[in-house]
Amino acid sequence: MYNAKYVIPGLAVFVGIFTMPFWLNFGSEEYRYPEVALPKGQIVIDGQSVDAGAACIEPKEWMRANHMSLLIEWRDQALRNEKRVYVASDGRKWETSLQNTCMACHGDKEAFCDKCHDTNSVNPYCWDCHVIPQGNNHEFE
Amino acid sequence: MNSSRRYFLKVAGLSAFALAGGAGAAMAAGSAPAPAGRGSYEASEKALKAGRWAMVIDTRKLNTVERMRKVIDACHKYHNVPDIPGTQEVKWLWDDTYHHAFSDEVHPVLPTRVEESRFFMLCNHCENPSCVRVCPVKATYKTEQGLVAIDYHRCIGCRFCMAACPYGSRSFNFQDPRPFIKDLNPAYPTRMRGVVEKCTFCAERLEKGLLPVCVEASEGAILFGDLRDPDSVVSKALAENYSIRRKPSLGTDPGVYYII
Repeated sequence: MYNAKYVIPGLAVFVGIFTMPFWLNFGSEEYRYPEVALPKGQIVIDGQSVDAGAACIEPKEWMRANHMSLLIEWRDQALRNEKRVYVASDGRKWETSLQNTCMACHGDKEAFCDKCHDTNSVNPYCWDCHVIPQGNNHEFE
Repeated sequence: MNSSRRYFLKVAGLSAFALAGGAGAAMAAGSAPAPAGRGSYEASEKALKAGRWAMVIDTRKLNTVERMRKVIDACHKYHNVPDIPGTQEVKWLWDDTYHHAFSDEVHPVLPTRVEESRFFMLCNHCENPSCVRVCPVKATYKTEQGLVAIDYHRCIGCRFCMAACPYGSRSFNFQDPRPFIKDLNPAYPTRMRGVVEKCTFCAERLEKGLLPVCVEASEGAILFGDLRDPDSVVSKALAENYSIRRKPSLGTDPGVYYII
């Protein structure tokens, strides 16, 4: 092989650098969901008193995977179809509002939203416009 | 080596075909609809409905700057409209002179009451909104009930709508509006840098069965209702009083009427 003494070590170095993420993380800890602060107690949302600790509007696992799609669907239904009530799969009805429904319970953005978003390096721009509740949002109603 | 070019082209062509087919199949599989919500959607039972929302402003009652200021402040405070001085001003409601408001009306002589008065203005929520026609991304659109709405999520800040609007109803956020909002209303969003905003006829309040903020703050000087319903307050007010609209000759069919 022509210039093998340069080519082969060069290739070895390239492969080594290219696969660095794999072998650097080899044997390290498995990914764990960050600990998020879950809401507690009775919270008034849009006139109805809700046991915030009991359940989210949809099952937790489904919300964890799909909350972003759900919020986009809420936005489109509210703005384009003028349907601002979400009938959850268990029949409960909710106002489709990030700020006034979701964040009435999940009022602590740093302890809830940011935990997973930071861990996964995603930067949603929700709060460029939507207002982060100061403490618990229901104090302002 | 004689046949190699022909052979190479054959293989290359077949490979490209196979790749394109594979990519097409992968794209078709990938563009399957995102997991939709498990629930369904409905309009609120409390919602106020109309065939065509319209507003009637009684300029005999709403005629001083102080009264207008009160209404404007109520709206701007509720909707987190920033108070920015100078040319980068953002406004939903404002006031101006008769000649500026009604530039179609070119009477050389006017009663002093009209000539010297200020007129209350806002988005006209036109039947044929020019802003909607020019929006390249469909961020601004007309709802079935006659509201001209903006989806701020989609606005790219091109400001075509501002150029198209003959009423100057739209404002651009040249900068982050948050530092200019005193006393933030935590129940309503703000806007961000780079989007256009304007009056919404309080679409989200109508949905909850409430009248727009300005109507409530005006103490009866602003009426709001369904133009298609002959028994609504606006239809009755228009039937009983002579009214004018801003620049009707442009054909936008504005939805805000002024009783002079």
